[in-house]
Amino acid sequence: MAQVSLNNIRKVYPNGFEAVAPLSFDISDGEFVVLVGPSGCGKSTLLRMVAGLEDITEGALSIGERNVNHVDPAERDIAMVFQNYALYPHMTVRKNIGYGLKNRKIASAEIEAKVQVAAKMLNLVDYLDRKPSQLSGGQRQRVAMGRAVVRDPALFLFDEPLSNLDAKLRHQMRIEIKALQRRLGVTSIYVTHDQVEAMTMADRIIVLNEGRIEQIGTPAEIYHRPASTFVASFMGAPPMNLIRAQGRDGRVMVGDVTLADGHASGAVTMGIRPEDIEVGAGCDIPFTVDIVEELGAHRLLHGQLEGQDFTIHVAKDVAISAGPTRMKINPEAVMLFDAETGLAL
Amino acid sequence: MTATTHIPVAKRRLKWGKVLDHSILVLGSLFMLVPLLMLLQTTTTTDIETIRNGPEFVIGTRIDDNFRAAMFTSSGFSGENTGLRMLMNSLILGIGFALGKIIIGMMAAYALVYFRLRFATFAFWLIFTTLLLPLEVRILPSYEIAQMLGLLNTYTGLILPLIASATATFFFRQFFRSVPEELVEAARIDGAGPIKFFIDILVPLSKTMIAAMFIIMFVFGWNQYLWPTMVTTDEGMYTLVRGIKQLTQDLEGTSIPEYGRANMLALIAMLPPVLVVIIFQSWFVKGLTESDK
Repeated sequence: MAQVSLNNIRKVYPNGFEAVAPLSFDISDGEFVVLVGPSGCGKSTLLRMVAGLEDITEGALSIGERNVNHVDPAERDIAMVFQNYALYPHMTVRKNIGYGLKNRKIASAEIEAKVQVAAKMLNLVDYLDRKPSQLSGGQRQRVAMGRAVVRDPALFLFDEPLSNLDAKLRHQMRIEIKALQRRLGVTSIYVTHDQVEAMTMADRIIVLNEGRIEQIGTPAEIYHRPASTFVASFMGAPPMNLIRAQGRDGRVMVGDVTLADGHASGAVTMGIRPEDIEVGAGCDIPFTVDIVEELGAHRLLHGQLEGQDFTIHVAKDVAISAGPTRMKINPEAVMLFDAETGLAL
Repeated sequence: MTATTHIPVAKRRLKWGKVLDHSILVLGSLFMLVPLLMLLQTTTTTDIETIRNGPEFVIGTRIDDNFRAAMFTSSGFSGENTGLRMLMNSLILGIGFALGKIIIGMMAAYALVYFRLRFATFAFWLIFTTLLLPLEVRILPSYEIAQMLGLLNTYTGLILPLIASATATFFFRQFFRSVPEELVEAARIDGAGPIKFFIDILVPLSKTMIAAMFIIMFVFGWNQYLWPTMVTTDEGMYTLVRGIKQLTQDLEGTSIPEYGRANMLALIAMLPPVLVVIIFQSWFVKGLTESDK
């Protein structure tokens, strides 16, 4: 158990490419933090610096109040779960899980006991004598988890651990990992490019873009109060609608249509989540539906608002078909962003 | 579907193309096999019969005598170079040669692939270009050094100067490069240092590669002729390949050439490489199909 603190951590590769701009944040004891962002945003590099697999160019990293900038990965009291599991193919599950303990010169009886505990926790008891090649993807992922759990580390690091699994299994493993982390109370950093994983698993999300932090916040904050248009469009599926609009006389207009009240002047970007919009009786904003996407539990209406792409999320019982209709925006859910910088106003 | 489709029954017609293909294959096989069969035949008869009748389609009764002569009778002055002794020397050379090349090649490749060496690529190509310089090119200096170190007529002298191997280094390098980076990182976090990673992970993963290298290198080492001829003058150090040559030299003299014995020795000399190929090949295939990195 430990808190982690990053202080102006920066990574510059020998070829001069700055993968991570100086950034700082603290993770409290037992917290589950998710680093999310598009590929190439520096999230993996950041994780690998915490793990010690990548040198830190500048800044200070401490785990449990100990500066670990120059500490070997094995000595940092961390465990890491890799995207491709990184199991040793020639070792049985038992040996895979116990290898880290064996290298730490722990007595074999104790290793066996710890492996049993970890295997029980992860439903792997029946598979201990199998090789990784004889396991399914989900089981391999569990072995990788077991290898981390058995060490009882101060910090778990996850590097896109679910991206090789199919959708159904991913959903299941997401819950398992989260439950396990809750139970063990180990501080965790989880890297993913999947915003659903980030939303569902995190205590706190850190959204990264081009090596910089866009926003740090709880999933609800990130979702409802994005700090920039980047965060707004990255988080949520379908993403937030972003409309190029004008601020005039305390109102936000697109063309001659008033969308919402808002104290802005000049060009702004207005953001509104697809589910914060109503269609039907009493609505006044004209909207043209191009395609109705049937998703069973609800429907998505894709169409045009004054020539700009727009998506509306409606309940499954709202009968609507392609063609012109009218809609209403929930004024409390409206976000305004600077049209130039993309930052929230 | 009610319509019945009429499937024409194919008549097996003689295709001349196929006959030609098979004739070529049969001729090729015979070309390879007949000398071997002739050799086998001569090991079963006396030398006199072989000289008088030439190769026959009869299996003689002298296989036992020929075998004993080949294995236990010395052909030299000292009485040390019996077939058995030469077989042992050849095995030591073949195994030492193969193992030496594998160990050196693996370690060199390990250094080149996993350590941040300056000029690693350059070093690799330097090693690689030595493929263009076979033993024959450097044989005089190599002999000089072996002689200065007092390695003449020793197993060390027989094996050591031959084991630096660009081929093995190359194959292991290519193999190590295909091992996923994450495995190295997982091992680092698991607390495995460079030596532990090599022994616990890389060597077991390379099993199939080692088997393949062993096949190639054992046969290569077994068939060495020039270098053993140079460094061994002591009859007790002769290898089989060299011993056969010694026997056939009798052809130049006036005595009756020892066909039976020489051919028996040739046959014995063929067996270990054949066995190595058979044993390791099944292992090799098994490893290839089962393991995934």
